[in-house]
Amino acid sequence: MTQIILDDMTAPSKTNVHSIADRGGHDKRNPGMEFDPDLFGKIRINRSAVERRAATIGTRRTVKKTWQAAWLLRAVTCIDLTTLAGDDTPGRVRRLCQKAMRPVRADILDALGVADLGITTAAVCVYHNLIETAVDELKGSGIPVAAVSTGFPAGQIPLKLKLAQISESVSAGATEIDIVISRGRVLTGDWKGLFDEVKSFRKACGDAHLKTILATGELGTLSNVAKASWVCMMAGADFIKTSTGKESVNATLPYSLVMVRAIRDFQELTGYRIGYKPAGGISKAKDALNYLFLIKEELGKQWIDPALFRFGASSLLGDIERQLEHHVTGSYSAQHRHPAG
Amino acid sequence: MEVRDLFESLEYGPAPESPDEAKKWLQDRDNTLDHFIAGQWTVPQSGEYFPSHNPANGDLLAVVADGDEADVNRAVAAAADALEGWVAMGGHGRARYLYAMARHLQKNSRLFTVMESLDNGKPVRESRDIDIPLVARHFYHHAGWAQLMQEQMPGFRPIGVVGQIIPWNFPLLMLAWKVAPALAMGNTVVLKPAEYTSATAALFADMCREIGLPRGVFNLVLGDRKAGEALTQHPEIGKLAFTGSTEVGRILRKATAGTGKKLTLELGGKSPFIAFEDSDLDSVVEGLVDAIWFNQGQVCCAGSRLLVQESVAERLHEKIRKRMDTLVLGDPLDKGIDIGALVDPVQLKNIRSLVDRGVEEGGQLWQPDGPLPEKGSYYPPTLITGVQPSASLAQEEIFGPVLVSMTFRTPSEAVALANNSRYGLAASIWTENINLALDIAPKLKAGSVWINCSNVFDAAAGFGGYRESGFGREGGKEGLYEYVKPFWESRLSKEPVQQLPRFAPVDPEPGHEAPAIDRTAKLYIGGRQVRPDGGYSNAAFDSTGCVIAEIPAGNRKDIRNAVEAARAAESWTSATAHNRAQVLYYIAENLAARDAEFRGRIRSLSGKDEAGAQAELDLCIRRIYHYAAMCDKYDGRIHATPFRNVTLAMKEPLGVIGIVAPEEAGLLGFISTVMPAISMGNRVVVVPSEHYALLATDFYQVLDTSDLPGGVVNIVTGDQDVLAEVLAKHYDLEGMWYWGNRSGSRMVEREAAATMKRTWVNYGLYHDWEDNEQGQSLSFLRKATEIKNIWIPYGE
Repeated sequence: MTQIILDDMTAPSKTNVHSIADRGGHDKRNPGMEFDPDLFGKIRINRSAVERRAATIGTRRTVKKTWQAAWLLRAVTCIDLTTLAGDDTPGRVRRLCQKAMRPVRADILDALGVADLGITTAAVCVYHNLIETAVDELKGSGIPVAAVSTGFPAGQIPLKLKLAQISESVSAGATEIDIVISRGRVLTGDWKGLFDEVKSFRKACGDAHLKTILATGELGTLSNVAKASWVCMMAGADFIKTSTGKESVNATLPYSLVMVRAIRDFQELTGYRIGYKPAGGISKAKDALNYLFLIKEELGKQWIDPALFRFGASSLLGDIERQLEHHVTGSYSAQHRHPAG
Repeated sequence: MEVRDLFESLEYGPAPESPDEAKKWLQDRDNTLDHFIAGQWTVPQSGEYFPSHNPANGDLLAVVADGDEADVNRAVAAAADALEGWVAMGGHGRARYLYAMARHLQKNSRLFTVMESLDNGKPVRESRDIDIPLVARHFYHHAGWAQLMQEQMPGFRPIGVVGQIIPWNFPLLMLAWKVAPALAMGNTVVLKPAEYTSATAALFADMCREIGLPRGVFNLVLGDRKAGEALTQHPEIGKLAFTGSTEVGRILRKATAGTGKKLTLELGGKSPFIAFEDSDLDSVVEGLVDAIWFNQGQVCCAGSRLLVQESVAERLHEKIRKRMDTLVLGDPLDKGIDIGALVDPVQLKNIRSLVDRGVEEGGQLWQPDGPLPEKGSYYPPTLITGVQPSASLAQEEIFGPVLVSMTFRTPSEAVALANNSRYGLAASIWTENINLALDIAPKLKAGSVWINCSNVFDAAAGFGGYRESGFGREGGKEGLYEYVKPFWESRLSKEPVQQLPRFAPVDPEPGHEAPAIDRTAKLYIGGRQVRPDGGYSNAAFDSTGCVIAEIPAGNRKDIRNAVEAARAAESWTSATAHNRAQVLYYIAENLAARDAEFRGRIRSLSGKDEAGAQAELDLCIRRIYHYAAMCDKYDGRIHATPFRNVTLAMKEPLGVIGIVAPEEAGLLGFISTVMPAISMGNRVVVVPSEHYALLATDFYQVLDTSDLPGGVVNIVTGDQDVLAEVLAKHYDLEGMWYWGNRSGSRMVEREAAATMKRTWVNYGLYHDWEDNEQGQSLSFLRKATEIKNIWIPYGE
């Protein structure tokens, strides 16, 4: 197969003085920056054009056979395995944590020749009350516990309670905090207020990583999504995340395109790499691959890494497991053949 | 490759689409493609075949019948035989066949997809997601037009046998664009595909056989230029439709000149892609991928000329370069590639030499690194910045994946640069400001204007060019008119209907009293009465042969001055339709106010009696009223294209039209030809009837008192044959209407080839100017306008 992949080039082009290969990147954590509305105030996103590009992500790129299996395994390692329900109990969370530690059946991993890679999901994501259970269950696995916070999912509680919740969650052992932004500040154009709020969240997090949930489905326009992304990154977000999973529209490729382009511009400006987390509604292996293609195309391969990319998902893993088994056996799989999480 | 390695490298890996089914189809035919004539596979009479290769690897794909005149004759005869039955079948019957074609295409879409990529080298993603779905859509849409023809196209009939010559860049899609409307409107077809790409046309022919299309309705003659020439020259072809290079288009314009064959030409382009500073730059970059890195840039309407506002140029260029790094080039049958193979090594050579020249002229070249496949015709995506409008790269069509970029400062400079081209096929405008977008779109000389998108097509919207990009529209209701003729055209007379008076010149009686004060007729240019450049005059005779005045003998310089004046009178085109209507009504009012004078002149020149003169004047006034009324009523449509956008089909005046008025028809002929043109916003240079020139020169006094801006109507009297040729050869006219004789008609069409101006000639046949169909039908307005489709996606 004569195929040339024109990206991932390390040598500077002979004809290009602005080589992108040597553009600096910090591996350090984003410290945030001064609020500067000039950097995002004029952003206008063309929805139709974004949707057109998003629609061809999955038609321009595909992975088959061994490549597909490898990409799906990579997807597994990027999952924040999530349960966020009113009826979550310690028993439910322990089961989920066990699944996070052994997301794919051992015989399948053996057959794929990757049993020694120590494949786990990226994190387990729970409500505050379940943090301690999760931390306990995951002890020794190296898998972090993420907690949703700040009055998730609507965020309609006083700021001091939000900050208190973050502190409590961090104390309880969460090393990643998924906060929700105040959508009202976006919708009323109070960008400085949003910046101050997120900055205070970042401070409250301390060493815990901050993921800012924009609730894109409630921001009205893609331009607002882009602006909110910028404000959160300026305020020191480690990740920007689409949704709580509770909005009527959650993660989509168009939202993702807008957000990862903001991430790319932010990195070009500051050198800091911000992570991206689409969440809600991603339940099929094929969908997951499309997100990974989008990330590779728009941000580059180095972003497909749990340090910089997560899926917020609960049922995605099950579909990936079935696809992996199909790859190994050649027969289509069934849900009951894979351990419940 | 092991999973563990790929887990780290995250390469995409190969994703080949199997060529087996397509190859099997060819093998079942011994890898030999024959003509399809009268429903039968037909071997070429000469017995000659030529090879056709897969451009991705140079492998022989098939041998192709090398058609010539003998084969074309058979095909045209078959089409002629089939015509009566096809017409008699009626719209509903034809709709059923077109519907069957659409269904059949969909049911076998993968076979068509793979065959197209094998033959042409385009990425299988594009064949699968763009070409073939658009083909099916075209047949569905036109099945509808077949069904609706009787109701929606009253007064029109099929042309007959149409010849169609299509290019290699979208082989099946161009077939669909040509064949679907032709068949829907009741014509039968002889189609010649490009010599590089015959396979999907043969597959389509096979499909016609399978669905039981009546024999001879669709005929396929394969071959190269020989077959094309034979088709062009065949006397039984009533219409020729061509898509391809401007060079060949010019040859066809000349070859068909004066024959009465209807012609549509869809030719080259150097389409501007305008990025304003407030645009969504990341989306602009993707728009460019769609514009120039689609089909390897082998797209007539490719957005190949990037005009970027200086304030964001550096930033945009950097984003484009980064995006180019991620374009994947490779085997067209791989589902994960963006850029496939060029159609032929010849094309590769052309692109290389044009790019080399561009770099010599100072353009800065940027291409992503990485080796190209060793076999096959591949050229990397290319950006050339710092290109000046004077550079050959900015003017000449490259037809490859090469984007040239230049900057502008203001919206008006963007328009000026965009229109600084001989071509006018398409344009793309990127801005988030609707005021700006809708201000710029009408100002661009382009048949398709895409706002915040690029290279979008649909069967419901017309596509076609201005200037040297050709004429005619394909798609939409506007495209149907290219495949029909009005019934009234077949009623045109071989002899003049209105008669010129017959006389022998007689000398005036020597006078006994002081003569009437000598009135001097002049030329009327730019709203002023001017003396002819040459200083000569011709005698004007009344109907009895007496000299009653002298008429200026205009020459080529007067025509030049008149065209310049018309060019300058742009304000008429930008005036509102309501304003134009008011002026036209006022013209009618002022003509009526001088009715005695005009009646007298008509009587004197024509020999009509008082009642006859009154009738002509009344009809003139009615006709002016008619066009005044039409000013703001002959308006555009909004096409129902299948995605979230508004597609405005805007009727635009051609610009400056040269009119050679019918000699025999006096004031009525003058009014009937000039008024429809100016009512739509055109400016005209009119050469009036020689015998009735005094009516035209009298009439400018009416124009002078009617608030018509200077330069909108320019009147150059003189020898019609001589002046017609000057007009026909003039590069700065958008259109030319001619009601003279046969040879003059041929001359006008032949000379129009230089700039592809729109022509309307009478081929020596005569209108009955008193008849409302022949003298004031909608055809006049259709000829006075061109349709621009403006695509406006929306959604915040």
